[in-house]
Formats: sequence, structure tokens, C-alpha cells
Amino acid sequence: MFKGNFIDNLPRIYGTYTGGFLVFIILMAIAEQAGMTAKTIGILFVAFTVCIYALIGYLSRTVQVDAYYVAGRQVPTVFNGMATAADWMSGASFVAMAGGIYFGGYTYMAFLVGWTGGYVLVSSLLAPYLRKFGCYTVPDFIGTRYGGNFARFCAVVVLTLASFTYVTAQINATGTIASRALSIPFELGVWVGLVSILLCSMLGGMRAVTWTQVAQYIVLIIAYLIPVFWISNKSGFGFFPHFMLGEEVARLGELESQFGLVKNAAADIKSAGVPGGLKSIAVSHSGVPEGGMAAWKFISLALCMMVGTASLPHILMRYFTTPSVKAARKSVAWSLFFIALLYTSAPMLATLSKISLMDPNLPTGIIGKPIAEIMQIEWVNAWINVKQAYIADFNGDGMLQLNEWFMRGDVVVLATPEVAGLPYVISGLVAAGGMAAAMSTADGLILAIANALSHDIYYKIIDPKADVRKRLLVARALLIVIGAAGAYIASMRITSILGAVAWAFDFAMSGLFFPLILGVWWKRATRQGAIAGMIAGLASGTAYLIYVYPKFMGNAPWLGIDHLRFGIIGASVCLVVMVVVSLMTEEPDKATQKMVDEVRIPSGKTILGKQH
Amino acid sequence: MSNKEKHWEKTKGLMLITLAIWFFFGYIIFMFGSDINSASFLGYPLAYYMCAQGSIIAFVVLIFWFANKQEKIDEEFGFAEKGDD
Repeated sequence: MFKGNFIDNLPRIYGTYTGGFLVFIILMAIAEQAGMTAKTIGILFVAFTVCIYALIGYLSRTVQVDAYYVAGRQVPTVFNGMATAADWMSGASFVAMAGGIYFGGYTYMAFLVGWTGGYVLVSSLLAPYLRKFGCYTVPDFIGTRYGGNFARFCAVVVLTLASFTYVTAQINATGTIASRALSIPFELGVWVGLVSILLCSMLGGMRAVTWTQVAQYIVLIIAYLIPVFWISNKSGFGFFPHFMLGEEVARLGELESQFGLVKNAAADIKSAGVPGGLKSIAVSHSGVPEGGMAAWKFISLALCMMVGTASLPHILMRYFTTPSVKAARKSVAWSLFFIALLYTSAPMLATLSKISLMDPNLPTGIIGKPIAEIMQIEWVNAWINVKQAYIADFNGDGMLQLNEWFMRGDVVVLATPEVAGLPYVISGLVAAGGMAAAMSTADGLILAIANALSHDIYYKIIDPKADVRKRLLVARALLIVIGAAGAYIASMRITSILGAVAWAFDFAMSGLFFPLILGVWWKRATRQGAIAGMIAGLASGTAYLIYVYPKFMGNAPWLGIDHLRFGIIGASVCLVVMVVVSLMTEEPDKATQKMVDEVRIPSGKTILGKQH
Repeated sequence: MSNKEKHWEKTKGLMLITLAIWFFFGYIIFMFGSDINSASFLGYPLAYYMCAQGSIIAFVVLIFWFANKQEKIDEEFGFAEKGDD
């Protein structure tokens, strides 16, 4: 079915797939009624979906270079949009975002604005021009536009650093979900996750990753939206939660002032024995903190995430796969549409979860009730047993106060269906969705790194005479090596010291943003300028990170620019150095200037050949 | 000015308008977050609504609008691609 008019058949193929998945959910629901255990349902959900992805990966195998690197440049706009959305939304977006909003309220939601607004930059400044260029990888553009292997090499370094920071977190997430759903140890779960990830990408490269990502998007969006709508309807909050939770948000404000938002002292938390990583609500849900510094922190975080989005190679390379420049632009719009379906639902899920727990008038409410009574509730016990939730009766009155209920952010997505009394089949579905989200992002990242190393380092720099067979062999070997390295680090459980996912955005914007956009928008940008900019940007950003991160030197942030925002320093230095050095060196030759002119118009041949 | 230069001037103009709208929904609104939050939309506090949905929807619409505008510009100067979807 992957031959001939496969592309024309896409809507029918994925329509059938979606229908099949819905039938599977219904079958599981019937099986649950018939007495199948929760554990078996969880295993079946994860195993069934992973097998489907592996099958798609196998059917998409290829021995063609352009199919391996850019899916043959024939992915239609809407499908590329879905694939990008799956590529983009990581295990963290799926599992942790609603939890972040649950605890951080308005302040945390700077991430929502930042992780969506970046696509405006991608569409207006980069994607169409990179598509016209016809490159296989992001360093391919840098290397050809500026010329010389050293510029190419610098771009590969930035790409590897940014993507690798990100990928260990994803493999970690697949490990966590696999270990929970399949009831195996975490270390084994990580390797099971890695094998599933490689099954999707190894044989078919970009082509296989594209078609599995579309399948993964469908699973993850169904798994996110069904619980949100179901809970909202079941608990009577409104038929369409996105437009109907205004009252609940206002009610949360009342409850916050009734219970009081208390920030626990670190010493109290420690002496009460609260497990690490668990938090209590101490920040207003919808209130905006006063003052210029708070506003600056919000917009500076949004800025870093937006500029970082437009510099992350695993996203940019998705737009190399469209059939035309026009399609690349439209495809960015579809990507953001599909991302928005999940991102606009996350605050609603956080609101539903919070009101279910906090409102004492609801049967699900636990805050303000006697602790002895709450300890009888099944889900409370289950999550406390696995150290994902905790009760610390600070004032010793036997009643649960808002600041005495601790839980991990992930619990919001994983437990809310259970709290609201939905059948277990929904929890199994959510596990499959989280697995899909983490796998699809990990696949995109590992492929971005392996492609840059195999195409830009091996083929362009080390052995330009290598034949197709050898190039693809190297590409696949690198895929395994990089995946294994990521899994090894994840299995050592040291990802917490590798820092936040936000770092990947800051690294990418420090080194790549200005060399990429100035390559298109400023003809005067020179090779020396780009190289100096990449090195100075990455070095200054990294130095500032070491200077400010609490676990390294831990100095006070300058102007509120903390370790989540170090890209502001890196990118600014990169811009200044790149402009100054470019103006000091001789302007690019006629051929390069002509190439930039060609990139700026959609019609005509790509700069690099179809196979290069 | 050659045809290519005129095309690029218009393209740059569209890019600047697009980024101005982006800047408004991404930054200007949130600079005044605490001032506008007392207003309400669909029952939500306004600043809360804008970061939960409003700005995200604005970005989606903006990119679709931009893509259509840019296609018109490419057609006007004869640089549109032939024979694709």
C-alpha cells in the first residue's frame, strides 16, 4: 500500500487508522467491563500502538538518499503539519504542561505563548527560504551559504548540543511510561523505549519518521482531548470546556483566598519528609503578579522560547520535506493549528483538575476535609504509595489545608481521569498518548543529530566520494550510537543535572538563530562573521549559564536573566559579533550574492540538487 | 528597480507587518498583563485568557494570513511555483 499513489491515498489510510484506533479503545472499554485488569489494559494500549508504529517504520524502509533525508520531498502540507506537531510536542508537553500550569498559574503560561509564537518566526523568516535552498540538514544551509567546512562544523556542534540536551529527557520519558505501563524496572523501560524509537526510524529515515509521527499525532491528540471533554461534561462544568470554564476560573480565585496561598518554608518541607519533586499550590491560578520585573520575566521567557523554536533543527528540517516553497509556508500554519489543539486544552485540564480537588462542594474535593477521611480514598493511597503525592499536616489540626497537599506535576494528566471517576480505559489511553508524544520527539531529535553527523561531517567533510549505500549505512549506524548514548545517560538517572528542556532552546538560539536568518535576510553576512557569531554566541551563552545556574556557580541573575533565559545573552552576543566581523571582512563574492537572490524567490530550481 | 528587487521590497514589507502583529500578541499585551486582567472575556480574566488561548489563536490566524499574502505577492511578480498542490 506504500507504492504508486500512496500520497493520494493518505487521507483514506489515516482515516482508516483513526477509525481502527477508536474501535480498539471501545474494545478495551468492553474488556474492562468484562473484568480485564487495569494492568493488562495498560500493557495492551502501549504494546498495540508501538507495534503499529514499528509496522509503519518497516513499510517505509528506503535505499534512496532523498527519501532517507527529506522523505522524498512529497509530504503534503496538512500531513506535514501533523508530523511537525508530534515532533514538537514532547513527553514533557503531554505529561507535564498541565501540571506546570496547575502549580505555576499565569506565570508558567509564558511557556504556552513562547512555544507557539515561535512558529510566526519560522514561517516569515526561515522555512520557505530553507525549503528553496533544498538542503538536507540545517548545517547544510550554513555550510553552503557561508562556504567552507569550518562553518558547517560549527553549526553541527550547536545542533548536537541543543538536540542532545533535549533527547535524553525524551528517552527518560519513554522509559518512565514504558516502565509504568508494562510494570518493568525503569532502567529496562529506557531500553525498551529506545528499541521502539529506533524501529520507527532506522529503516526509512525521514520518510519513516514522517509517517509514524502522523500516526503518533493522531493517538496523542485523541488521548489528550477525550479526558478533557469527558471530565468537563461528567462533572457538569460545561459542554465545551475551552469556552465555558470562566466561572470555574473565578471560583478558583475565591477558593485561593478562602484557603490562603501559603508558600511552605524549605525547612518545613524537609522535616515533614516530603519526597523530592513534589509541590503544593502556592501561586494564584489566573492572577497576574504586579510590577515591571514580573512582566519582564514573563516576556523574556516567551522570547527565549520563540527564538529557540525558530532555531531548533529538528523542527526546521520538517519543512524540507514539503513538495514546494508555498507548501512549506502553509505547512507551518497547519503545524501550529495542530499544536494549538493540545496547547489550548492544557490550561483547561489544569483548571478542571484544580477545581476537582479544591472545591469542597464537589464530591471529588479533598482540600479542607479531614485527613483521616481522605486517606480512605483509593487513588490518594495509590499515588502516595508510589511517592507521587504526599500529605504533611503542618498545623496538626487533622484537616487538609491547601499547602499541606503535595503532588508531582505529572499526576495532573495521569490521575485526573481517575479522580473524576472515569473508567480505567482512559488511563490506558493517556499512557499510550504520552508514549506517542515522547517517542515522536525523540525520533525527530535523534534523526536530526544522526543526519547532521552522517551528511555534514561524514559525507561532506570526511569522505565526499562515499556511495549511497555507504552513506546510508553510516547514517543508520550513527542513529543507533546516538540513541544508545541518550538511553545510557537516561538510565543513569542523571538527567536532572542536565537541566531543563528550556536549555535546548537557549543553546539553539545562542548559536544558530542569527546565522540562519542573516544568511537569508542580509547579503553582506560573511563566512568569518557567521563563524565568529556561532562561536561567540554559544561560548558566551554557556559561560553565562555556568555563572548563573544554582548547581554550578549560582551567582545572582543579571536583570532577571536566569538559567532558563541564558539564550538572551548568547543570541545578543552572536548578533553583535556577527555584524561587526561581517562588516570588517570583505563582502561575499558575486556567486554567493546571486545564490541569496535565488533563495528569495520561490520559483525555479533549488540551490542544491535533488540528490547531493 | 528590477522585478526581483520590487518583489523583495514587498516581501520585506509583509514580513515587518507580520512581525509587528506577532510582537503585539506575544509581548505588548503581556507587558500590561496586570492592568488588563481585571477586564474579562468569555468570563475569563483577560490576560489569563490571552495566554491560555487568545494569543495562540492569533498566531495560527496570522500565519495562515501571511502565507496567503505572500502567495499573492509571488504571483504578482511572476515568481510563483508552477505545477504543485
